[in-house]
Amino acid sequence: MAQAAAAEAQLLDRLRAGDESAFRALVREYNPSLVRVARIYVSTQAAAEEVAQETWLGVLNGLSRFEGRSSLRTWIFRILTNIAKTRAVRDGRTLPFSALSDPGRVPEAAVDADRFLDPEHPRWPGHWALKPEAWPEDALIAAETRERLAEAIEALPAAQRAVISLRDIEGWSSEEVRNALDLSETNQRVLLHRARSKVRAALESYLDQP
Amino acid sequence: MTVDVEQLSCQELVELVTDYLEGALSPADTARFEDHIGRCGGCTIYLEQMRRTIEVVGQLSVDALTPDAERDLLEAFRGWRPA
Repeated sequence: MAQAAAAEAQLLDRLRAGDESAFRALVREYNPSLVRVARIYVSTQAAAEEVAQETWLGVLNGLSRFEGRSSLRTWIFRILTNIAKTRAVRDGRTLPFSALSDPGRVPEAAVDADRFLDPEHPRWPGHWALKPEAWPEDALIAAETRERLAEAIEALPAAQRAVISLRDIEGWSSEEVRNALDLSETNQRVLLHRARSKVRAALESYLDQP
Repeated sequence: MTVDVEQLSCQELVELVTDYLEGALSPADTARFEDHIGRCGGCTIYLEQMRRTIEVVGQLSVDALTPDAERDLLEAFRGWRPA
């Protein structure tokens, strides 16, 4: 932790001194996540990319005033969220607050109910009617499987897509995701659960085809 | 999340997988989860599929910024004067 803080202080010094390679590295590291998170608020990929661009300009504007009370990453994502919300209002888009603040409101099953025996089944209530099958390893690493996987992630609701991308593609901790998206612990987990469950189901339906 | 029933059904277990992997289940619920996994081949495979899903998602690459967009940002950085 202390090491991370020291690395961040050093990065800030380089940025403030106008070190272009430090800025380029920062942009490369965070821009994909900024675009994904922006997609929660705005309706198109192009608009999300613009919001990310604007965020970097906001970062440059605020850099001299940044006091390090939060991590640099959290601060950058706060700027993004503000810009994205403003943009959503300007575009006349209803903000999907419920998607972030109350994702559990609408129940969603991780696995279709018809895969299980009836909850009132006399012998095996709620037991698998159709069990999952182990996946063949070679199919799992095939390029086409990756394409299906990317499509499944793209098809997720934006809040779920943002959470699974940050957690599982970019390897952030749950705390980092909660801070960047201003999510409660439970809601972060609900979004992650739904996203992972749907991606698993998509993989299963693809891999089970003979 | 709390689990009311004595024994988990498979349908209940699949909803707890993320809580389990995140270490968010209580010790009692963790024991119930693992007890079920120990006795159920279907759920063992399901849990393995979730782990594999997380792994393969982790191997997807992060989409890069277009060269134009990156150039614009670097130009903005050059135009920016540290205060």
